[in-house]
Amino acid sequence: MTNDLELLGRQVGWEQRSYWRNPAAAGFSFVFPILIMVIFATTNGNGKIAELGNISYTQYYIPAIVAFGIMGVTFTNLAITVTFKREAGTLKRVRGAPLPAWIYLGGLIGNSVVVGILLTAIVIAFGVIAYGVSIPGNIAALIVTLAIGAACFCAMGLAVTTVVPNADAAPAIVNLLFFPLLFISGTFFPISKGSVLTKIAGVFPVRHFITGTFAAFDPHARSSMRGGDLLVMVAWGAVALLVASRRFRWEPSTK
Amino acid sequence: MGVAVAVDGLQKSYDTVEAVKGVSFSIEEGEVFALLGPNGAGKTSIVEILEGYRKRSAGTVEVLGMDPEKGSRRLKERIGIVLQESTTEPYLTVEEVLRQRTFWYPRPSNVDDVIGLVGLEEKRRARLRTLSGGQQRRLDLALGLIGNPDLIFLDEPTTGFDPSARRASWVIIRNLCSLGKTVLLTTHYMDEAQHLANRVAVIAGGVFVAEGTPDSLGGRNQAAANIRFSLPEGITLQDLPVPARPDKVAGEVVIDTQEPTAALARLTGWAVERHLELAGLTVTRPSLEDVYLELAGDAAERASQNAMKATT
Ligand SMILES: Nc1ncnc2c1ncn2[C@@H]1O[C@H](COP(=O)(O)OP(=O)(O)OP(=O)(O)O)[C@@H](O)[C@H]1O
Ligand SMILES: [Mg+2]
Repeated sequence: MTNDLELLGRQVGWEQRSYWRNPAAAGFSFVFPILIMVIFATTNGNGKIAELGNISYTQYYIPAIVAFGIMGVTFTNLAITVTFKREAGTLKRVRGAPLPAWIYLGGLIGNSVVVGILLTAIVIAFGVIAYGVSIPGNIAALIVTLAIGAACFCAMGLAVTTVVPNADAAPAIVNLLFFPLLFISGTFFPISKGSVLTKIAGVFPVRHFITGTFAAFDPHARSSMRGGDLLVMVAWGAVALLVASRRFRWEPSTK
Repeated sequence: MGVAVAVDGLQKSYDTVEAVKGVSFSIEEGEVFALLGPNGAGKTSIVEILEGYRKRSAGTVEVLGMDPEKGSRRLKERIGIVLQESTTEPYLTVEEVLRQRTFWYPRPSNVDDVIGLVGLEEKRRARLRTLSGGQQRRLDLALGLIGNPDLIFLDEPTTGFDPSARRASWVIIRNLCSLGKTVLLTTHYMDEAQHLANRVAVIAGGVFVAEGTPDSLGGRNQAAANIRFSLPEGITLQDLPVPARPDKVAGEVVIDTQEPTAALARLTGWAVERHLELAGLTVTRPSLEDVYLELAGDAAERASQNAMKATT
């Protein structure tokens, strides 16, 4: 029997094939962040942000888009894909086959990670080449932050499927949770530090992922690894994992 | 031969419904066993307990010597499942999903063989979202076979098939048995059970109301045969050499007999002597369908009477 890691690799391969053939998934989670990046960068590209030491808008914005892209392919894409597969009965069928559950879910997560890496590379390359964004000072810090963020949002994506009742509701619920948080967390424009919104956003992992990623890029930062941000994401990820492992459903909901 | 499936005193209750009320049966290796019953009889509940999807409320269950509730990989490697509902991996092709599955099993079947077996050669490169309902069901069958299982569960495998596709899948299922595989199938179709199964259990309201070979089911082989014909002009029932009754609806007379050969000989001898023609002469046995409708109908009636008693 093919050993399990090889099997996991193959599953990622099949999910990749499926992903790129699905215009809805690839369009929303891959093309959309790139599109948003190009639009915002061309409209605000040369502005400066006084509050963050007069750095250029893109210097702030590119890291935010990196984080946004990763959240999109992990949290949003995973939550919607898994709910669809559950409601279509695909998960149930997998459950009756000898493929271990962790390998199947690992294939879906691996797919998100591959798309996330590709997206990150494209966004950084665009920022550096087109707008002179500084190359991240500490690559190790960037990788650690992105990896923890991806893990956290994958877990949250799986956890959120447990509260989505059916496939029709999936995109609405997932985006309704995600987009308000994106805005108050300063994804598209910085939010002033002392504001109430920022305090609220500080409870959730989205803002911490963005500030953490920003720090890894920030030319002025003293330390590029922000332990506090990472800790919040780890905590949310752990809770999400607990919820997912307790309440995850493999069968379609009965109407 | 060993026992592939052993079920004893199986019960299953959902919140408010008692779906399976103490069912016992066993299936020998290499046997085709059919669960025949109307909607809501409890067929899927039983099958999905055996497949490991649902937990039983009471009773013991052994599938290939293992308890399906444990969900062991070893058991799943040896069973093939065709669920009642179809499902798709919409963006992969027929060939791709089957190939993907071959990596999940230790001794899979050959992809081309399976595609040929279910007759999807022309659709091998089609994405699943483009398949018709019947083609999707054939793919379901293929997905159940790809792991080269010893035991196959088929929950209404031919629902939605056109008549020729149904015949074709009967051939497939018969071939499976000739390979020594054990099959448990559920169906609403009497002819399907009759054609495929070595043994049939009729289930209604969560209990078995009859069990046996398709021929003997419900004492069918002991049941009276009917000889029917139209009464020739000028002849009354009293003139006939064997007792008969009128069937006013059909405008015919009916002879109920345990010995159709003898009765027919006396009847036709008598008619030939008198130069009478017996128009529309037929001999019939109750079909499995008749037996089934009677059994399932009785059970449903009893269940509704019990329900009436319970509410009053
Ligand atoms: N998940 C469930 N929750 C609650 N009740 C259920 C559930 N599944 C089945 N039932 C009930 O249990 C009974 C038996 O259902 P089951 O699906 O086993 O019947 P079936 O013989 O497969 O019917 P069909 O021929 O329609 O497929 C029905 O009354 C059904 O409503
Ligand atoms: Mg059913």
